[in-house]
Amino acid sequence: MEVTTKSMPYDAWKDNEYIEKLVKELNENGTNVIVGSLDKLINWGRSNSIWPLTFATSCCGIEFVSLGAARFDMARFGWEVARSSPRQADFMMVAGTIVHRMVPVFRRLYDQLAEPKYVIACGGCAISGGPFRKSYHVAKGIGDIVPVDVYVPGCPPRPEAMIYGIMQLSRKMKVERFFGGVNRQEKQKEFLAAHPVEGVED
Amino acid sequence: MANITDKIVKLFPDATVVEGNDPMVTVADSRWHDLAALLRDNEELKFDYLVTIVGMDWTEHLGCIYYLMSTEYNTVVGVKVLAEGTRETPYIHSVADLWAVAVTYEREVFDFFGIVFIGNPDMRRLFLNLDWKGYPLRKDYDEDPALNPVSTESERQTDFTDVYSLDENGNVQKKEVRVFEKDDFVVNIGPQHPATHGVLRFRTAVNGEEIKKIDLYCGYIHRGIEKLCENLAYPQTLHFMDRMDYFSAHNYHHALCMLIEKAAGIEISRRAQVIRVMMDELSRIASHCLFIGTYCMDLGATTMLFYALRVREQILDIMEKTCGARMTFNYECIGGVMQDLAPDFVQDVKALLEVLPKNIKEYNEIFTGNVIARNRMEGVGVLSREDAISYAVTGPSGRASGWACDMRKLFPYSIYSELDFEEVVMTEGDSMARFKCRMREMEESAKILAQLVDNIPEGEYCVKVPKVLKLPVGSWFQLTEGCRGAFGLYLESDGNTKPYRLKIAPPCLPQAAVVDHITRGQKIADLITIGGSMDYIVPDIDR
Repeated sequence: MEVTTKSMPYDAWKDNEYIEKLVKELNENGTNVIVGSLDKLINWGRSNSIWPLTFATSCCGIEFVSLGAARFDMARFGWEVARSSPRQADFMMVAGTIVHRMVPVFRRLYDQLAEPKYVIACGGCAISGGPFRKSYHVAKGIGDIVPVDVYVPGCPPRPEAMIYGIMQLSRKMKVERFFGGVNRQEKQKEFLAAHPVEGVED
Repeated sequence: MANITDKIVKLFPDATVVEGNDPMVTVADSRWHDLAALLRDNEELKFDYLVTIVGMDWTEHLGCIYYLMSTEYNTVVGVKVLAEGTRETPYIHSVADLWAVAVTYEREVFDFFGIVFIGNPDMRRLFLNLDWKGYPLRKDYDEDPALNPVSTESERQTDFTDVYSLDENGNVQKKEVRVFEKDDFVVNIGPQHPATHGVLRFRTAVNGEEIKKIDLYCGYIHRGIEKLCENLAYPQTLHFMDRMDYFSAHNYHHALCMLIEKAAGIEISRRAQVIRVMMDELSRIASHCLFIGTYCMDLGATTMLFYALRVREQILDIMEKTCGARMTFNYECIGGVMQDLAPDFVQDVKALLEVLPKNIKEYNEIFTGNVIARNRMEGVGVLSREDAISYAVTGPSGRASGWACDMRKLFPYSIYSELDFEEVVMTEGDSMARFKCRMREMEESAKILAQLVDNIPEGEYCVKVPKVLKLPVGSWFQLTEGCRGAFGLYLESDGNTKPYRLKIAPPCLPQAAVVDHITRGQKIADLITIGGSMDYIVPDIDR
């Protein structure tokens, strides 16, 4: 099964092996026709209207603003509805450095996102700490705090790279099982169980 | 310049002159407050603007260097004060009663060095958690991540702040006082809020719709750039300048390059100077464009963002062709610039200069004259000239209050002295004036570009500099004009390849600190107008 978005030919993607692996995982035990069709319908709808949370800490956030403006125009893809409340958003574009003081706030924002939720680590700082990795007050990547779906490298990434990243997320959404979920949500649960919020009893 | 220190010593015999590159005096802590009062109030000195407080750790001593500027005589002097007490409880007397901005600056020094300021009304940490172990900018700071781990647990909050005093035996006494009054209703705005322009947090005490007091809470993007720089060679420190105020990337880069060149005695070519100044002014236009876009968006005019970003994209294209990046250019380097200009640079700049006046006219037609915009901005958040100086609000925000504080005019660096441009100064001091000031500055920057675009001299764009750069022992201080105001840099070298101390004095910290003062008694909706018109960039506040 070729998973792609409307405006991009399948061969133009750089990492089809990864998506193919996901598809294989998804089809491993066979799919019920009715549930499978429903999944496809729901995923089609979800993957074409991904709403971001307005969340930016530094430089990458400005490129995200450019992404929203007329030239790069993310409205073409259905991502333009940036919400200021995490409860209305689908994914979080972590645009910028996450420092010690921000970590609890950031984790809370993530926990407040409504399921199903996704995270894109945008830029070197969010991925690994970037140029500030050796600092005393910078988290070395957000991968230890929340489960990350897509990494977009760059310092900051160009808007085109961000578009590619969000389209990649949209592809991942298409190969998800919404009913009787297996592939993604369970991994997320495992991650969250392994990384509990300190000082909070569930 | 040398006679300023002599004058101070004559008026205040307890002070002694410190030999060095810049005029500097030193005084014992017990006499410091008296000297500070004299420096501010004496008719011949009038140092009414506290530029920055540089905390220092000279391993055997802790101390501070206060940089003061006289807005009347246009002189700068440094005052070095060593901390009294032991290394565990060092203290210096506060000057928060003389310069309003000192409250915030002293908190910063306390946060980084643990120096307590006697008499400061609010002696909390500024950037780091209350329970942070150690003082990161001290030379013996233990960076072990186990001491201060990354934690998802919410940090401890307190409603109290500390005030320190000296008892009759000379011991430091701590007293807890409330930040807000006991029955205040406190609303939390930020750190994740679309109108705070980043991760800034205001704890706001309100009385109905009216603001009673704002407690500024920063540090949500504090990345410890100053400490990082101490472990990097001089050319490596440059790239952090791009990542503080990312709109002033060229300006900040230019500033640090100039400072290092001054210290190392490197002369750069005229071509490199012209290129640097052109890039600075292009940045300024792009930065003000984004200000107009986001500010209008905060006030509800979302369409303006798209209009304003059109010009910004055009400028980013010019920069991309030459520097290879849309942001964080890393273009200026010690000795000049990294690459030569792109072949169609001149043509592109001319195209920009052609459309810019039309665009500015359009913005004015759409927004400036709009009755809703005028009602929301005129007379809102008035900052007087005296307060602007006392709170060290520089840049277009300070100039809107009638303070001519453009460092390009006061201390002309690079080729600014040869250029013909006007310093935009307004007198109203309200949000509208701050907005209009930036609009007009775009025109002035365009004027500078028009003068230079046909006169880019031939020559080399980068002179040869030694691969391993060692600066002589000494200290240097310099003020330049970023897009948002006076950008101060203090560099101390111990003769090594790395800076001993690089203090960055950003314009945005005082601009955020003044918000409390000018929003008192205003409506809570005006907080967005006022904060937006100050145009602070949070990573620049926090560094």
